This record gives sequence, structure tokens and C-alpha cells, in this order.
Amino acid sequence: MADTASFTPSRRLVLTVMGLGAAGFAVGCSAGAPPITGPVTQTALGDYVRIGSDNTVTVYLRHIEFGQGISTGLTTIVAEEIDADWSQMRFEHSPADNAKYGNPAFGGMMGTGGSTAIFTSWQQLRAAGASAREMLRQAAAKKFGVDASDVLLVKGKAEAGGKSATYGELAAEAAKITPPDVTTLQYKDASAYAFIGKERTEGFGRLDTPDKVHAKAAYALDYRPEGTLTAVLLRSPKFGGKVASFDDSAAKAVKGVTDVVQISNGVAVVATDFWAAKKGREALKVTWDDSAAETRSSDAIFADYKKTFAKSGYEARKEGAGVSALRGAGEVVTADFEFPYLVHAPMEPLNCVIEYTPGVSATIHSGSQMPTGDQAAACAVLGLKPEQVTIVTMLAGGSFGRRATPDADLVSEAAQVAKALNGKAPLKFMWTREDDIRSGKYRPMSVHRMSARLNKGAIEYWGDTTAIQSIMEGTPFLPPGAVDTSSIEGGFDIPYAIPNIAVDLHLVKAPTSVLWWRSVGHTHTAYAKEHFLDVLAKKLGKDPVAYRRELLAKEPRLLGVLNLVAEKAGWGTPLPAGKFRGVAVHHSFSSYVAEVAEVSVNADGAFHVDRVVCAVDCGIVINPDIVRAQMEGGIGYGLSAIVGEALTLKDGAPVQSNFYDYTPLRMAQMPKIEVFMVQSTEAPSGVGEPGVPPIGPAVANALLAATGKTYAKLPLGAKA
Amino acid sequence: MKLNINGKDQEYAGEEDRPLLWYLREDLRLTGTKYGCGVAACGACTVLVDGQPTRACVTPAASLAGKKITTIEGLDTPAGKAVQQAWTELDVVQCGWCQSGQMLAATALLTTTPKPNEQQITDGMTGNVCRCATYHRIRGAVARASEIMG
Ligand code: FES
Ligand code: FES
Repeated sequence: MADTASFTPSRRLVLTVMGLGAAGFAVGCSAGAPPITGPVTQTALGDYVRIGSDNTVTVYLRHIEFGQGISTGLTTIVAEEIDADWSQMRFEHSPADNAKYGNPAFGGMMGTGGSTAIFTSWQQLRAAGASAREMLRQAAAKKFGVDASDVLLVKGKAEAGGKSATYGELAAEAAKITPPDVTTLQYKDASAYAFIGKERTEGFGRLDTPDKVHAKAAYALDYRPEGTLTAVLLRSPKFGGKVASFDDSAAKAVKGVTDVVQISNGVAVVATDFWAAKKGREALKVTWDDSAAETRSSDAIFADYKKTFAKSGYEARKEGAGVSALRGAGEVVTADFEFPYLVHAPMEPLNCVIEYTPGVSATIHSGSQMPTGDQAAACAVLGLKPEQVTIVTMLAGGSFGRRATPDADLVSEAAQVAKALNGKAPLKFMWTREDDIRSGKYRPMSVHRMSARLNKGAIEYWGDTTAIQSIMEGTPFLPPGAVDTSSIEGGFDIPYAIPNIAVDLHLVKAPTSVLWWRSVGHTHTAYAKEHFLDVLAKKLGKDPVAYRRELLAKEPRLLGVLNLVAEKAGWGTPLPAGKFRGVAVHHSFSSYVAEVAEVSVNADGAFHVDRVVCAVDCGIVINPDIVRAQMEGGIGYGLSAIVGEALTLKDGAPVQSNFYDYTPLRMAQMPKIEVFMVQSTEAPSGVGEPGVPPIGPAVANALLAATGKTYAKLPLGAKA
Repeated sequence: MKLNINGKDQEYAGEEDRPLLWYLREDLRLTGTKYGCGVAACGACTVLVDGQPTRACVTPAASLAGKKITTIEGLDTPAGKAVQQAWTELDVVQCGWCQSGQMLAATALLTTTPKPNEQQITDGMTGNVCRCATYHRIRGAVARASEIMG
């Protein structure tokens, strides 16, 4: 195995850089129950559970809900241990506070990402639920005058000796009881689960559905206090460009424009409403200093990346004789895989609202994926202390990684404008879709040079050399001097039993900003690994499923999903003329996913993905329908990129602008999807990302089956 | 000038070119209609104008004098209600941002075509982008809404 297991950020480091968060105040996101009349008091039983006098049980989420269903998943874990009734469960985003709500997988900093929410919360929230339950039990025992062991807790009520009380009635007393020692807590046996593993059709649907269906969900872009001014920022058209000078006379002449201010990253136009701000920005004239800007086009960047291969890179994995095993008897196969920049393009463009009182406080409403990082950024710009800056985490209209910015780009730009306005009005800071597509933080471009030597009917050597920009370098998530192997996660840890393996990494620098995009390194490593394997299997005359079984004999969970998907997809059964199957299997973020794509290929080469069968092993399934939804969505998101997404540069500037030329998947391209889950007693792991990596190679492998070609340049486009 | 929004007359006195989307969201605080692209390429801002699905992001409010505008907040036709019920039953939503537009598009489709076949569903819905790719469930939910309508 590699000497570079995936990197775990140092807790101390992160806390030093970002600063410890302070408690804030979160506005509730109701779980869709009827509104309560009259004042409701909330009683905290620990950091994660609050019981309302209205008998609701509210779970504090330290992760943001942006579509992945985490509000339901985390709430389910608590509901199970506290023995609640599902109808009384609510959720709310927690305040920004690393000490209470830090993510252990992020070195203790608050953050949502890496499909870590369920994985890291499972034990913690079971304990939170069980602890609250025992406090309620003690309170009931006292109230009823019975022994605690005689109290029965069921569906949000405590019962003993013919007496009964709701959790709402017991909460105040329960809060006075010393929480039990966590090591003494008893957890429910899986056979007794009343919530975990239950279906939507049994009444355990998403808690955020009713509000989202009835336009009651609270997103940052919908928040607009009285008197709000709206700002949009004009940024350099080329990455790395700076403002040389600007002329705002025409912009200021636009009706509604109130201010034009320069900040670190461009010039902002502020107006009474969005339309005026946008028109003002169109009228603004800025001269850019491009001396440090990117000037290359994508083709030139790819060529530069390939030049790095002349030298050997950082050795991330060596098995057997490593790269020297490339030489020897048999056939050598090579292919350069090219991956473009990709844009996250969450459906709700980035935005936040800052209500700032100079020297006193700031309150920021935002779809914040790293709330304490956003808080620290606001503090730095506004000269406030963490306890003066409140982050109100709103529901977000998607993220796919875009809102998890170590440099807090959104909030620091917004805070700079708020500061320039000296807090004269609440400020809504908005990115347009064009800003979103053209202003960076992309999935990095990369080239994988794949190589193999086939001999005596087997792969004797596997080589994977990658050139790519690092995402983590220069962030608090990577200690100075460490190599960011997350760039090739899923590649250096290739699980196939091949005697000689060499995986190396060339980290390149470029002015274009990059960021983790749903499934991060796996977005390209899985494609290169799984498609190249099929290219080799074909040369060896082996069936793709049978050959993977051979190479994965010691990988039971990968084998499990592979076998399940092969069975459910009818692998090996005949298909109608013009239809082809491809398979891929991949481990990411502690989960295991295999997918089979069924693809129609016409005589003219046009293809359509008709059906995808997916098998997932994510340990204990908390909510099966949300697992299904995440696989469906992950497949669609991954397919979108593989088929039709690329952000290309021309002379250093993005070519694409909006959804007419950066083209997300639409209904007509969406396959039918069937999802199957492996029954498991392993700890639950994430599902937000793991559905994404296998779809690209599964489709490419179906096309390979159809045409015999290698699909090494992405996106695939419309024709095979 | 008067616009009729969700059955209520509203006086519009804003700029000639200001899109309906921003009037709804900023002035009337009907924030269920969402901004996704601003160029009629995603459908997040879909409203019904005299029953026709319309992109509010490129339609000047001032061009709609005397028209009947329906947003998600006023979706109370039988088709609209069936759509919201089906969306709830199937848990279509993920992030939710595109879903008002999806539901308005589905309502328009089912109003003219109460029993759509698969191709008609695709044609009726393919103008609406869902970045969370909930298309699989949208398909099912349109069919389910059609069933609910009887
Ligand atoms: S916002 Fe109007 S179509 Fe995208
Ligand atoms: S549900 Fe997120 S964009 Fe459709």
C-alpha cells in the first residue's frame, strides 16, 4: 500500500488558522409540521438535542442541508435513540462553533464535505440521542415516583405505573439531570430499529420536502431585510488579472445605483435592486492589469501538463518493481486521458446577506458550508471578534463543493463591500450565473498518462501518472510541505491485484482557482482506472465483470457491489441490437459503488444512456430512499459532466458563460435508474459523492464495447 | 399599470425593462420563483402567464399588463395541486432550488395534456434544468400527478 494514505488535517493547525468559533444563533428550518401558536420554549439536552414545550424534538445539524438529505439522515439517528415519534422531529442548522460542532474529519473545523456527515455523526448522534433519553427517563422516574428502570419510553412519551408524560412536559426537569457518562450508554439493537432503514413509503420521507414543495424553504437568496442594497462584482475576465483603473461615471448614472467600490478582487456596483446593479455593472469600465494573468488556452495547458511527464513525479504508490516493470515481455499499452475544468454550478448561485454595524457586529445569512471559516473571514475583513459575527446557515440550492471554500471567497468579498459602505444598509451580495461559470474554483483540469504491460494473459504492470493543480495546497487543510495526494485519491489506492504498480503525481501551478467538485479526485481517477481496465480486458479477451472478480478476490465489499450489480443488470444476457453494456466499480469516501450502464448507439454514432443499474454498499442504511436519491442524483451529475461539460480557456479567459454553452444534463438525457443496496452491519458511510465516480467509466466502457475505441478525451460529446 | 398575480391586482411602476422575476422576488417578496440563469436557459423562474409556462427572468414586468400570472405561491388548480401532492409523495426534491419551476412546468403540461406519455413528459420538462438531477423522480411524479387527477 502507498506510503501516502489520504491526508488527515491537523486539528491544531486548523484551529489556529481559522480561529475558534463562537456560539451564534440559527433561524429554524421547520420540518414541515403545522405552525405552533403561542410562545414555545426550547430546552437543550446536550449540544445536539432540544425539546420544545410544544413536544417537538429539534436536532442541531452541524452540516448544511443542500439537497443531500442530511437533515433527515441526522435527525433519524437521534430519533432512533431518543425513542421519539417521527412527527415530533425537527431540524435546525447549528450555530458556528468549532468547539461544539466541528467536523472531526476536517480537523475539528465546521464543514460539510467528503461525504463525512453520516460517517462522523453516527456514533456522536446516537450518543446524543441516548443521553437525552436517559435524562428524560430520570426526569420521568422522579415525576412518577418510580424507579428509573421501570420507566418505559416510547414514541415521545414516558410511561410507568399507569402514568404518562410527554417529552415536552419532562424537558425542563430532564435538563437539570447530570448527563450520563457516554461510556455507560446503551444503544438499540438493529433488530429493534423503528426509524433507521425505514422507507419513505412507510412514512419516513424527507423532512425538508413539504417546505420545498410549497415554497416555504428558507434560502439565503430569499432573505432580504427592509432597505437591502444589492451588489454585484465585476471581476477580471482573465484569471489572475487585477484592476488597473476604472471609470464609474456611466455606472453611477444608472437609475438605482448607489455606490461603486473597488475591493481586492474587482469593482462592485451597489444598487437598490438586482436589476439596477446588473445594469450598472454592464456600464462600468475597468482597465485590467494582466501582467500576472493566465494567458494560455486549454490546449496549451494540456500540452504543458504533458511536458511535466518528462521527469518522474511524486511516487504515490509502488508495488513490486514499480515503473521499471514497464519494460519486459509482452505488449505495452498507453493512453493519455484528458479531463477539462468543470464548474459546480449549483442551481442557486452564490450569495449572502450581511447586516453590519461597524465596530459592533455583523450577521451573515448564507448557505454556508464552512460556517466558522466564513466567520473568521468576516472577522478579518471587518475587524470584529468571532463572538460579534453571527453566521446564520440557510438551506442552500446545491453546492457540489462550491460553497466549501477554504478562502471564504463569497463572504470575504461581501464583507469588503459591506465595510466600504460602512454598514449603511443590509447588503445582499450576489453572483450571477455568468459569474458562477466564469469566475473559477473549478474541478481542476488534469492529464492521466495510463500505461500497462500485458503478458501471458494478464496485466503485469499498471502505471498512472497524473499532472494536475492541487486543491489543498495553501489551505489550512494541508500542512506546508506535504504533498496533496487527494488529487489522485482513488488512483494511487487502486485495489486491483496487479503485481507491479506505479502511480505518480505532478502538481502544477496555474492562476486559475480550483476546488473540490462532487467526489473530488475520484471524478477523474475512477474514469482513468475503470476505463483503462476495460481497454486492457478487451485486449486480453476477458469479460469485464469476470476479470474484475478475479482482480478483486481480496476486496469483499467491492466484490459485493460488483456481484450485486451484475446480477441485477442481467450482465451477460443478450441485449437488443444497437445496445451495449459497460460496468465500473469504485470505492470512495468509505462507500462502495458499482454501476452498469446500458447505452444505445445509433448507426451514425449518436448515443443515449438508457438505463443505469447501481449497487451501493454504504454500511447500515439510515434512510434507503435518500440513498436511492443520492445515487440517482450522483449518476445524473456525473453523467452530465462526462457527456457535455467542459470549461475551456481561450487566451486565459473562460469561453463559456451560462447554461446555453456550459450545458448541464437535461431530462431527455437522463437514464432510467435502479438502485440496490447491500445489506450490511458495517458503520454507515456517505452517499453524496460515491454515486458519481463510476458512471463515466461505465458509459465509456459501454461505448468501448460498441466501437472498440478508447474514450480518453472528455467530455464525450454527442457521438461515440 | 396593473398586473394580476395569483388572482390579486398589483400596481407596477418600475423600470420598463425590469424582468418580472425581480419584481416578484424583491418587491412582492414572492420568493418561490427562483433565479437560476437569467437568460431563459434553465426554467428555475418559470411562472404561468395566462396558463402558458413563461420565463420570468427575461419577461419584463411591464409587458404583462392585464395578464394573469400564477406563481408557485398561487398554484391552486387541480393540476397544480396534484403536482404538489405527487412531488411530496415521491420526495422529488433535493436542494429544491429548481423545483418551483419544475412544478409550474409540470402543471402547464398536465393542464394541456392530462395523460402524457413518456415522450410528452420528456418534451414538456426538458427545458427545466435540475442540477441535482432529480429527473428520474420528476418523470415519476408527473405520471403520478396525472393519476391523481384521475
Ligand atoms: S432563471 Fe429564468 S430560465 Fe433560468
Ligand atoms: S433539486 Fe436541486 S436543482 Fe433541482
